[in-house]
Amino acid sequence: MTHYRRSITSVVMTLGLLAASCGSDGATVATSDGPDAAGAVVLMTHDSFAVSDGLIEQFTADTGIEVELVSGGDAGELVSRAVLTAGQPEADVLFGIDNTFLQRGLNADIFIAYESAGLASVDDSLVLDAEHRVTPIDVGDVCVNYWRDGLETAPATLDDLALPEFAGTFVTESPESSSPGFAFLLATIARYGEDGWEDYWEQLVAGDVEISAGWEEAYYGSFVAGGGDRQIVTSYATSPVAEVVFADPPVDTPPTGVLTDSCFRQIEFAGILAGTERPQAAKQLIDFMLSDAFQSDIPLNMFVAPASSTAVLPDVFVEHQTVIAEPLTLDPATIEANRLDWTERWNEIVLQR
Amino acid sequence: MERDRSPALGRPRERLVSASAIVVVAFFGALVVFPLFKIFQVGFADLGVDRLAEIVGRRSLWRVVRFTVWQAFLSTLLALLIGLPLAHVLSRFDVPFARLWRGVVSIPFVLPTVVVAGAIRGVADDVGIIERLPLTSILWAHVFFNLAVVVRIVGTMMASLDQSQLGAARTLGLSPMAAWRQITLRQLGPAIVSSALIVFLFCFTSYGVILVLGGPSVATIETEIRRYAIFRNELDVASVLALIQLVFVVGLSVASAKLRRVYEGRSASANSKLAVDTPRRKVGVTAAALVTAAVLGWPIVRVLVQSVRVGDAFGFGNFEALTEPNRLLPITAVEALGRSAVIGLAAALIAAIIGGLASFVIVRGGRIGSIFELAVLIPLGLSAVTIGFGYLLAFASFDLRRSPILVPLAHATIGIPFVLAGVVPVWRSIGTRQREAAATLGASTRRVFMEIEWPRVARALITGASFAFAVSLGEFGATSFLARGNTSFTAPLAIFRLLGQPGSVPRGQAMALCVVLGVVVAAASAIGDFVSTSLGSSSSASTS
Repeated sequence: MTHYRRSITSVVMTLGLLAASCGSDGATVATSDGPDAAGAVVLMTHDSFAVSDGLIEQFTADTGIEVELVSGGDAGELVSRAVLTAGQPEADVLFGIDNTFLQRGLNADIFIAYESAGLASVDDSLVLDAEHRVTPIDVGDVCVNYWRDGLETAPATLDDLALPEFAGTFVTESPESSSPGFAFLLATIARYGEDGWEDYWEQLVAGDVEISAGWEEAYYGSFVAGGGDRQIVTSYATSPVAEVVFADPPVDTPPTGVLTDSCFRQIEFAGILAGTERPQAAKQLIDFMLSDAFQSDIPLNMFVAPASSTAVLPDVFVEHQTVIAEPLTLDPATIEANRLDWTERWNEIVLQR
Repeated sequence: MERDRSPALGRPRERLVSASAIVVVAFFGALVVFPLFKIFQVGFADLGVDRLAEIVGRRSLWRVVRFTVWQAFLSTLLALLIGLPLAHVLSRFDVPFARLWRGVVSIPFVLPTVVVAGAIRGVADDVGIIERLPLTSILWAHVFFNLAVVVRIVGTMMASLDQSQLGAARTLGLSPMAAWRQITLRQLGPAIVSSALIVFLFCFTSYGVILVLGGPSVATIETEIRRYAIFRNELDVASVLALIQLVFVVGLSVASAKLRRVYEGRSASANSKLAVDTPRRKVGVTAAALVTAAVLGWPIVRVLVQSVRVGDAFGFGNFEALTEPNRLLPITAVEALGRSAVIGLAAALIAAIIGGLASFVIVRGGRIGSIFELAVLIPLGLSAVTIGFGYLLAFASFDLRRSPILVPLAHATIGIPFVLAGVVPVWRSIGTRQREAAATLGASTRRVFMEIEWPRVARALITGASFAFAVSLGEFGATSFLARGNTSFTAPLAIFRLLGQPGSVPRGQAMALCVVLGVVVAAASAIGDFVSTSLGSSSSASTS
């Protein structure tokens, strides 16, 4: 009987080893020259991806290419999983990597180059990779928003936020767990430089800035919009548009305003993942994402501006959007090189106060 | 383990044990061990001794570990302190609306953390005390989520306690306290330890609650793994943290194994409920009702109120909108709810089958059984990022990552411990003597199983499966990681999507969807209860 027990144990062990050893990476990696493999082209996007009904179906009807949409988390998660699975991608096309994470993706060689003809209608300032490993699809600005009825005078500049007058009114997100939070940190670095941003944050801390984990907690937890008591929040340039579109009862003017001086530009890109078995379909999908049909659909679905200058903007968007003439920016390579140092310093100044 | 070798229950059963063991090992090997192996392989690939020493030498790291253990310990303690009396009231007394009450206790389990954390934050503001005490709100949220675990697992055991021994002990002169300690506690012990372990593991790896209620300055192992793996791109540090987490989980399971050894009582199938007639009982039941209302009811009412608020008025507009196409969602909210239900049923079925087989091995499989008992708990204590990344690597070659079956499978791995926690103590408590007596009287092994074991095991299986269904219905982390297109777009994903957009309309709809989800799980739990009790009464009628 003891023998019997031992044999069970060995069967169990063998199975475990078998399971562990059959992970040898035997998948074939197609080159970008050959014909496409069968099956739908897989588009992996961030959580906020949305398109109107029928748009993707139209692409399928026009090209015969089926599209499978897959959501891959927020921008950071999206890039992490693409880097982790480099060469054996989960999808054929990745959409949603932004300029704050771009360099990490480029460093890991997860994309293959493709220069779409649609780039002709895209402003050169949005094309951040000269080799075209990624293609700009949309542009959004992370901006400080304020509740119009909440303040006697609205802040006008980043400097204003640090004034005692606005003490106890500002909530922003942690740069390590939130994409707008990181963008706002970058905005302060872009504005005040390597030497000045730490002082600025020390003033914000002295003014009792509140830090939340994510955008939802800031906007719906602490900001007036969700019943909180903070009148100023880090959100997007287009948040007031969303406040109008999703208001019930309907409103004519948004209850929130945008601090145009505080905006950091986020450009979102799409790229063909290296190792794809459907490079031709992937290229067509990138072309489609730059087409007027797709680009004009972006504003009211994702609340960002289209990258293409030939896209048609919906009226409600034009009426309530705040155009940011001079957004703050930083070079993706600089961001990647300093990400850990900057956030470490930020942690020391803001969280370990 | 002598009892397992009685000749009357001979070889066929042993072959069954090994066949079951193989199925269970293959399941966990493919869905837990292999993914873990793959992610550690990558995480530790370039980790030199110096770097390892530097990481392990960080004082901040051990501060995080200490806080993680501390908050999980406190949460578990509180969940037991509130949950045990509640379980007692609900399972032993003939209380009004018992089924509804038990259903309400299950609701928190499926509510998304973002919503619960928001509700608890609101409640904290109502009271005006917790603003600067993040730990208090974290504990409240953890108790809120996990009370159901204690009440249901321990309650199932309480409902079939052997009361005759207690009576005998009292007749023989044992004080009520001593009798309770020596008889009742020994019978309940394994279920209490099992539920405590599950609650601890849940709180140990809790992510959303910590992030939202603790704010960015409170860190646990789980939040740090995510920060290092995703934001900082330092997979080696994340892997060291994941390994610490794993060692802790395994160590804890081993340490608790002895406590979970079961006392074999000849318990009745189901006890008749005690009437609430004496003043003492009335006070007890009222107190339990008040505690449920305060700890669970208050946050739930906040969600309810938000769901019926439309602009400045109240109405059911948010609920009606759930059936309509919504530009924020790829499918309507009601369709998402349908996907949730299908995935939940699949996960519950898988969890019941694998959990049933695993319980069989645990109860009758000797040493392999005790190893199984520890191993199946591990998925509960693993970080979502670790296992999620592991899946990406593990299923890359034969591209299972595209398969929609991965979501219910992943849900089932989290649901199985609940099936086990319900089934194993019940199955073990069916005395060997009972089985042997039946065998001596000429009953075949199969008949012994069908007539003595199965009726009671089936009841526990159904309770466990309804729990696994609830787990699946509320699961967000793994789903968002593994979701493939619209087939796995579940209700929690829809809620998350709705909450991710400014404007009062999506928010109200998100709350409405939470309410519907809560109602579905309460109904499922009530149905599970009903089926399992009616099974119980019919079986006790037929065997006695």
